[in-house]
Amino acid sequence: MKMAFMVARRLLHAFLLILAVLVLNFLLIHMAPGDPADVIAGEMGGATEEMLADIRENYGLDKPVYVQLGVYLGRALQGDLGQSFFYNAPVLDLVAGRAGATILLVTTALLFAILVGTLLGVLASHKPKGIVSGLVTLISVVGYSAPIFWTGMMLVILFAWVYPIFPIANMYDITKGGGFFSRVIDILYHLVLPAITLGIVYLAQYARLTRASMLEILGSDYIRTARAKGVAEIRVYGHHALRNAILPVVTIAGLQFGSIISGAVLVETVFSWPGLGTLAFDAILARDYPTILGILFFSSVLVIVANLITDFVYRLVDPRIRKEG
Amino acid sequence: MTAVDNGIQIVQSQSPLREAARAFRQSWAGMLGIVILILVILFTFVGPFIYTVDPFEIVWAPLTPPGMSEQAPLGTDYLGRDILAGLIHGGSATIYVGLVAGFITITIGILVGAFAGFYRGAVDELLMRITEFFQVLPALLFAMVLVTLFSPTIYVIAFAIGIVSWPTTARLTRAEFLRIRNLEYVNAARSIGARNQRIIWRVILPNALAPLIVAATLTVGIAILFEAGLSFLGLGDPNVFSWGLMIGAGREYILDGWWVVTLPGFMIFLTVLGFSLVGDGLNDAFNPKLRER
Repeated sequence: MKMAFMVARRLLHAFLLILAVLVLNFLLIHMAPGDPADVIAGEMGGATEEMLADIRENYGLDKPVYVQLGVYLGRALQGDLGQSFFYNAPVLDLVAGRAGATILLVTTALLFAILVGTLLGVLASHKPKGIVSGLVTLISVVGYSAPIFWTGMMLVILFAWVYPIFPIANMYDITKGGGFFSRVIDILYHLVLPAITLGIVYLAQYARLTRASMLEILGSDYIRTARAKGVAEIRVYGHHALRNAILPVVTIAGLQFGSIISGAVLVETVFSWPGLGTLAFDAILARDYPTILGILFFSSVLVIVANLITDFVYRLVDPRIRKEG
Repeated sequence: MTAVDNGIQIVQSQSPLREAARAFRQSWAGMLGIVILILVILFTFVGPFIYTVDPFEIVWAPLTPPGMSEQAPLGTDYLGRDILAGLIHGGSATIYVGLVAGFITITIGILVGAFAGFYRGAVDELLMRITEFFQVLPALLFAMVLVTLFSPTIYVIAFAIGIVSWPTTARLTRAEFLRIRNLEYVNAARSIGARNQRIIWRVILPNALAPLIVAATLTVGIAILFEAGLSFLGLGDPNVFSWGLMIGAGREYILDGWWVVTLPGFMIFLTVLGFSLVGDGLNDAFNPKLRER
C-alpha cells in the first residue's frame, strides 16, 4: 500500500515535470523575436500566407494567451508536437525514429562507465597510492577538461589514420548484407568509439567516487569484523564493501543523465551517429524550430524517465530506503 | 606556524585567508593550474600585440601542415588562414564568454540557493522545484534552442550558458546556508536585531564563500567547454574569432589535416585544465581536513 502510494506520487511528479517542459516550450515560441506562427512554421521563408493562417487557426493564435497555452498543451499531450516543414513530417515521427539510436548510445556509454569505473575505483582503493589510482586521477583530469567532441575527433584521427580498426562514422555499414545477427554485430562494432568517447568522462568520475567511498567503508567497523572472522579478502571487497560503495555511483549516474544526453549531441555529431543529436544539429542548420523544440521536449522526457528508474533502482539496492517508503 | 625563540615555541596565529594561501602554494595542482593559466593569458592577451597576423586573412595555401611554411608556422586551415594567428586571437572571446557565463551562473545560483536555504518552507519548496526542473532539461540542447531562437552574439551565448548551468551552484549554496543558518554566530546576529537581508549577505554568505569560490572556478571551466561545444555545432558568434569556431569550421577536414582541430582543441583543454586545477588547489586550501587524501 505504502509502495503503491510512493509510486503514484513519483509518477504524478514526473507528469508535472513533463507539463512544465511543455510550458517552457510554449514560452520559448512566444518569447522568440517575430511572429509565433513564423516560429512554429520554421523560419524557412517558405511559409506561405495560407500556411501561416492555417497555423494561427490550429493553434488559436488570435485568442488570449491562456487559451493558446491550453491548445498547445492539449495538442502536445495527444502526441502532436507539430510539423517539421524542413523534413515534411510530423515532429513526433522524426523524434521517435531517431530516439532508439540515442538511447542505445547513452545506455551503452553509461553501462560502460559504471562497470569499468567501479572496477577501476575498487582496484584503486586496494592500493590508494598505486598505479591504478594515478591512472584514475589522470583520466579524470583529462576527461574533465577536454571538450568531448575534441576527444572524439582525436579518436577519429587515431582510428582513421594510425590504426584503422574501428569504424569512425555512421551506425552500420549499408553495403554489408547478412541477417539480423550480423547487423547487430555491425551496429555494436560501430558503437565502440562513440560509446567510449561519451563514457570516458563519466568513467573517471565514477572511479574516483568509488575509490573515495570504498576507502571510507574499508576503514569502518563492520569490515574489520568481517576480516576478523576470516572472510576472504575478495568477498570483503565484493560482497561487503562494494555493495555500499556503489550507492553514490547510482545516485550520481541518475542525476547526470541530462548531461550525458548533452554530451551525446556532440558525440553523435562527431561520429555521424543517426540519433537525436544529429537530428538537432541538422534542424538547427535549417532553423527548423518545431523539430528542435520537439527534441528538447523528448530528451527532457528521457531524463525524467531515467530519474524515475534511478529512483526505483536505488530502492532496490538499498533496503534501508525501501523500508522508509 | 611555529618559530623557536630561546627554546620557547611561539605559535603564531594566522588569518584563515593567509593560512589558505599558504596551503594553496603547497598544492601542486593549484600551482600548476596557476602557471598554465598565466601562460594561456599571456598567449591570448599579450600575443596579439606581438604576432599581428589577422586570423581571418588568407596567408598561404589551404591545409598546409605545420612547419612547411614560414608564413604559417602551425599550418593553415581549409581556407588558408594562419592557425597560429587563430590560436592567439581566438582565446580572448572564449575566455571572455567563459567568465561572463560563469558570473551569471554563480549569481543566479547564489541568489536562488541563499533564499531557499535561509527562508526554507514554501520559498524553499518553490525554488527547489524550479531548480529540479532546470536539472531535467539537457543543458546543451536548451542552450542550443536559446541561441537558435535569439541571435548568436557572445552575450546571448553567455546568458544561455548561465541560465542552464546555475542549478548545481544553487544546490551547493542552499546546503551551505542550511548548515550555517542555525550556528551560534547567526543566532547572535539575530539576537542583536540584524535584519534578514543583513544576515543573509553579511553574516551567512561570507562564511559560505569557500566552497562557492571553488565552484566558481570550476564553473568558468565548464562554461568554456559549453561555449566550445556551441561553436562546434555552428552556434558560435560568427563575427568573433574563437577556438570553438576554429574547431567547428575545421570539423569537416579532420582527415585532411589533423592540426586544424587538434591545436585549437588543445588550447581549450589547457585553459579548462588550468581552471579545474586551480579549483582543486583552492579546494585543498579551504578544506584542511581533506588534505591528507
